[in-house]
Amino acid sequence: MQTSASGGSRLRIVKRDSLPMWKAVGIRLLAVLLALLVDAILIYCIVNLNPVDVYKTMFSGAFGTTRRAWITARDTALLLCMSVGLAPAFKMRFWNTGAEGQILVGAICTAFCMINLADVLPTGLLLVVMALASIVGGGLWGLIPAVFKAKWDTNETLFTLMLNYVAIQLTSFCVACWENPYGSNTVGIINQNSQAGWFPALFGASYGLNILLAVLLTVGMFCYLRYTKQGYEIAVVGESRNTARYAGVSITKVYIRTMILSGAICGFSGFIAVAGSSHTVSTSTAGGRGFTAIIVAWLAKFNTFFMVVISLLLVFLEKGSSEIASQYNLNEYAAEMIEGIILFFILGSEFFLNYRLVRTGKEKEGK
Amino acid sequence: MKKFLALMLALCMTFSLAACGGGSDSEDEGSASTASGSTTEEDGDASTDGDASGSAEGESTAVNSDVKIGVVLLGDENEGYTYAHIAGIQTAAENLGLSDDQILWKYNISEDEGCYDACVDLVESGCSLILTNSYGHQSYCQQAASEFPEVEFVALTGDTANQAGMDNFHNAFTCVYQSRYVSGVVAGMKIAELVENGELSDANYDADGNVKIGYVGAYPYAEVVSGYTAFFLGVQSVYENVSMEVQYTNSWFDLTGEYEAAKALISDGCVIIGQHADSTGAPSACQEMYEAGTTVYSVGYNIDMLSVAPDAALVSATNVWAVYYEYAFSCALNGEEIATDWAEGYETGAVAITTLGDACAEGTAEKVAEVEAALTDGSLQVFDCSTFTVDGENPTSILIDMDLDYVGDTEGVVDGVFQESVLRSAPGFTARIDGITELN
Repeated sequence: MQTSASGGSRLRIVKRDSLPMWKAVGIRLLAVLLALLVDAILIYCIVNLNPVDVYKTMFSGAFGTTRRAWITARDTALLLCMSVGLAPAFKMRFWNTGAEGQILVGAICTAFCMINLADVLPTGLLLVVMALASIVGGGLWGLIPAVFKAKWDTNETLFTLMLNYVAIQLTSFCVACWENPYGSNTVGIINQNSQAGWFPALFGASYGLNILLAVLLTVGMFCYLRYTKQGYEIAVVGESRNTARYAGVSITKVYIRTMILSGAICGFSGFIAVAGSSHTVSTSTAGGRGFTAIIVAWLAKFNTFFMVVISLLLVFLEKGSSEIASQYNLNEYAAEMIEGIILFFILGSEFFLNYRLVRTGKEKEGK
Repeated sequence: MKKFLALMLALCMTFSLAACGGGSDSEDEGSASTASGSTTEEDGDASTDGDASGSAEGESTAVNSDVKIGVVLLGDENEGYTYAHIAGIQTAAENLGLSDDQILWKYNISEDEGCYDACVDLVESGCSLILTNSYGHQSYCQQAASEFPEVEFVALTGDTANQAGMDNFHNAFTCVYQSRYVSGVVAGMKIAELVENGELSDANYDADGNVKIGYVGAYPYAEVVSGYTAFFLGVQSVYENVSMEVQYTNSWFDLTGEYEAAKALISDGCVIIGQHADSTGAPSACQEMYEAGTTVYSVGYNIDMLSVAPDAALVSATNVWAVYYEYAFSCALNGEEIATDWAEGYETGAVAITTLGDACAEGTAEKVAEVEAALTDGSLQVFDCSTFTVDGENPTSILIDMDLDYVGDTEGVVDGVFQESVLRSAPGFTARIDGITELN
């Protein structure tokens, strides 16, 4: 464009067509390394600590002991399930910002069964009923905005976002109804003694089932999106609604079906959160993870396998941050700065994955 | 798939970069504590029980002992409630000569499985005593306690220890009702002065000629009921003819809610606003109305309110957590048993009031000293049943709900005095006495 006026060399931004795998990985890796470097300088300048020690501490916070590694794995699995739930909706270009609410609704359905059916059903059956309840609850919370979108073309971003607040209030209401002990304003650990409706240990690991479910969902969703007719329809609707219409795809049907699926998986994540780790329910059961999952889904470009890596990175950063807060008496904000810089660089690297800088000027090829 | 593998590989590389360092981490810790240590005979005491990763620490010894203590905190130093605990822990550690690496801190631990994770992590780091500072931590703390019987756990402000039947799970609470009573005395002095100087208007009296005071409470639970009753009795001990209105906010920390509740009470003619909630909302409302020409004063909680209400704040009732932390830490250091339910007040200095504001009536300091001395030597009992009535009569029986099933089950009155925080550390007084009205 208006480049060579000055006569010297100038930079121009050009869209890339495609990028060899090694280059794409290289750019991302470079971004992480650069982020670590910037963080290191910041750590040294601001809090005067040896950055290498700080990184070591972060690592030990996430993987330092067997139990820490399991907890990191458990939390990664949970975040992954939520992100996987968002994948089909996002691929359809349906901006489901309501994961937080869908998770909470799934969680309260789970807790309801856990509290009221513990004496009635054996644990195996109870778990199945809890799972189904969470799927129905989450699915319903996904269905509502889909119907409105399909029938009246409402804005799904706002609709799903608003439903989060409805779900939060609903959760507060349930907590008030189920509080235990009286006066605590918390539900406490449900079935603490009988452990009814808790995930059983699998392969000798208390969180084995959480991880297994996450893996199944990840693989299942990948196959669904890539190899099934419905997955293809989602892609077509996402790319262009007109093309979809021309091809005879019922957009209404795809919207509703996909959002039920998306909501159901998010609701199911609520089930995993309640039955598999917290054994209680509160407004912080989702704890903002429904929003973090959006970042994961985006960064992974809706590829569920990439989501594994991104979820792990985010959970690692979270665990690492809290460990450096406790070890170096830095408060959580310092740790969040480090986290923020790493995310910033990774997001920034997306630019270089999609575009390249070309030097233009008198010498055409640069050097 | 190839793409995915490559990315995994890349991330492995990044992580392994950190991992190289991570491996030597435990050695660092070990050598650090060895360096500071000298040999004592308690080597390998309780702290290494059932703990694989603690072996490095077990061999090293610090000046006093190799005991490590873990604290699980709801917030960090930016949050008033936790700040008071941090200050208490630091004072206790200093008094006992504990070194920095003997206390392991967990900040910003939410009241969910994160608390359980933090407790277990501290066990694995070699702690022999673990304390959690918020009520909501209790069930997770208890869960960890049941799984690690060799480690001592304390759920501060909790109430289930005496029913749990575990040797290693404890509760603690200060007798803060005592300092609330004293703060009530301060308020009573002020009311007496206002009446004497004729500064009150008709709106400040109820139909029966009592001076109206107000109280902003968090929840209608025993802890709050016990607190406002003690405050009210303190006021009445100085100025008999008062009536109190209580407005609940249904939150422990709600700046706007407490502000609005206080505003409503002031509009209704209350001249003193007490509080049992953690924000500065109520004192701010008092200061604002005071500046607008209304006669109203504030009695706070936890922290000195003079910074937000320099003219309207009289005093605040506070806890001195250092007293308990010092007790619990020294138990851990000496291998002594920790009380299942600990509750102490003025007798050991576990409760106090903050600096008296300039607005306080003349002679308040002397009166406070007198009351505090009487509470300290036990000659004054806050819940003396002869000083208050329920449904027009002095009560002879007030039940405490010990098994937490919403129904009182254990007699709390002994020799005409309600035994607050004796059967268990958490407050148990739930009787609604005459002269106090709950508005919502």
